[in-house]
Amino acid sequence: MIKLTSVYKEYPRSGAALKDVSFHVQKGELVFLTGHSGAGKSTVMRLVQMAEQPSAGEVRVSGFSSRTIRRREIPFLRRKLGVVFQDFRLLRDRTAEQNVAFALEVTGVRRAEISQRVNRVLTQVGLSHKAQSFPDELSGGERQRVAIARALANEPLVLLADEPTGNLDEWAGRGVFDLFRDINALGMTVLMATHDLDLVRAHPEYRVIELAQGQVVYDSKAAAPAPHAAPVPVIPTTPAAPAAAAAGGADGQLAIGIFDPREG
Amino acid sequence: MPYALREALSAFRRSPLLAFLSIIAIGFSLFVIGLFGLTAWNIGRAIEKVEEKVEIVAYLDDATTPAQLELAQQEVRALPGVLELRYVTKLEALASAREEMQEFRDVFADLDNNPLPASFEIRMKPGSRTPDAVKRVAERVRAYPFVEDVRYGREWLDKIYQIRRLAGGAATMIGAAFALVAAIIIATAVRIAVFARREEISIMRLVGATDGFVQRPFLLEGVMTGLLGGALAALLTWGSYRVLSATMFRIEMIPGQWMIVVVVVGTVFGFLSSMVAVRRHLEAV
Repeated sequence: MIKLTSVYKEYPRSGAALKDVSFHVQKGELVFLTGHSGAGKSTVMRLVQMAEQPSAGEVRVSGFSSRTIRRREIPFLRRKLGVVFQDFRLLRDRTAEQNVAFALEVTGVRRAEISQRVNRVLTQVGLSHKAQSFPDELSGGERQRVAIARALANEPLVLLADEPTGNLDEWAGRGVFDLFRDINALGMTVLMATHDLDLVRAHPEYRVIELAQGQVVYDSKAAAPAPHAAPVPVIPTTPAAPAAAAAGGADGQLAIGIFDPREG
Repeated sequence: MPYALREALSAFRRSPLLAFLSIIAIGFSLFVIGLFGLTAWNIGRAIEKVEEKVEIVAYLDDATTPAQLELAQQEVRALPGVLELRYVTKLEALASAREEMQEFRDVFADLDNNPLPASFEIRMKPGSRTPDAVKRVAERVRAYPFVEDVRYGREWLDKIYQIRRLAGGAATMIGAAFALVAAIIIATAVRIAVFARREEISIMRLVGATDGFVQRPFLLEGVMTGLLGGALAALLTWGSYRVLSATMFRIEMIPGQWMIVVVVVGTVFGFLSSMVAVRRHLEAV
């Protein structure tokens, strides 16, 4: 579903953002992508959306490869991805309903179908009663639910969430994450970048990939954390870590190309 | 209603102030061009009116035969640039001399012999009233053996021609400067309008709208803004013409085609500016 192979990303001014990052997220997985600010989480997210091209290596997302994708094909990749951000990115001059409908209108969905789908996803995120509210009239948690509804409206295969709980209080954040779990339980692949370690520790059943200084330093699905990873990974020091590793390894899937100790 | 049109129209509804300001900015910058056009057009017309008086007069020998006259008239009328040729007989010359020079009426009345020669009065076509063209015809007429003298006010003609060239050059330069300023203002107004909606553009890209789909409402909005601005400019120019004509001096309105050109240029420029501005934001996502 999402596969990064020896991905490097360098920016002309700030230098290397990712160094030899490889991981493979399978269909139906829910994966936490963790790490400090600047570790490269957002860069991974941008690469997966193909908003940027890797400097080296390859990013594959549901049949599209960063090596061969053309600019005019990117919209069709994006329609298979639902994206949620920390800052919600709702249009303030439109109601919740219009914000969700917008995603469908601009991808050319027939009008007759739009209202049906909007109702369905707003119900799914538990906001059908706030359909007519403007973003400023909604709480942070509610806004993020509208953003999730918008991400789901196009019936994507993958949900990408970049710090979706970062601007929310703990209670609202939990609510939003529960929504992701429900969505994942219905079979959707979810890749969630977060630095909310409490949240990650509370859910050891899900796979964790940790980035530090642009490298994968820990992947709970791998047999073992990288032996020479300099910064001590946060996850393994917690009691939940072995369980996470066990859960990751026990789901019967083969871990592919997570970290190559010969490089980096 | 197609999505792009609906979206473009709702942009006017969502941010009326910004839309209004863009239209005003475009309208007034094109109005400056309209005013300039009005001025240039009227100066041009004034010069043309003076040039209409350009005339070549060939004085003829009294001994010229009718056959020679006939042939010469045919030949001169066929020369390039000649609009019309009028044959003025000796009698007509005397009559008009009496008419025009009242103070010498007595002198002309007492004559036994008419001393005034017959003449050809040759007028040139518009566009052929340049010193060179006039001189060429004058020289050609002078070549007839029965033509005694040719007059065409050479110095005066040279001056008019210089003024026309100066006015033309100044008009081109000032007009180009105004057009450039208008272009910059329109481009800026459109860019601000697009910038105000960059969030929308990035969300559209994010959810998988194609470039064309993202651009269309903005292009349409740019066209509508340009069109309305152009129409406003046309209206203001026409209003100025009416006010000036009524209060200060009679002027002519610039031709309708010029007005249409101003509106079309405003529209096209609105379209192009939108395209450039949207592309910039499209590439960021």
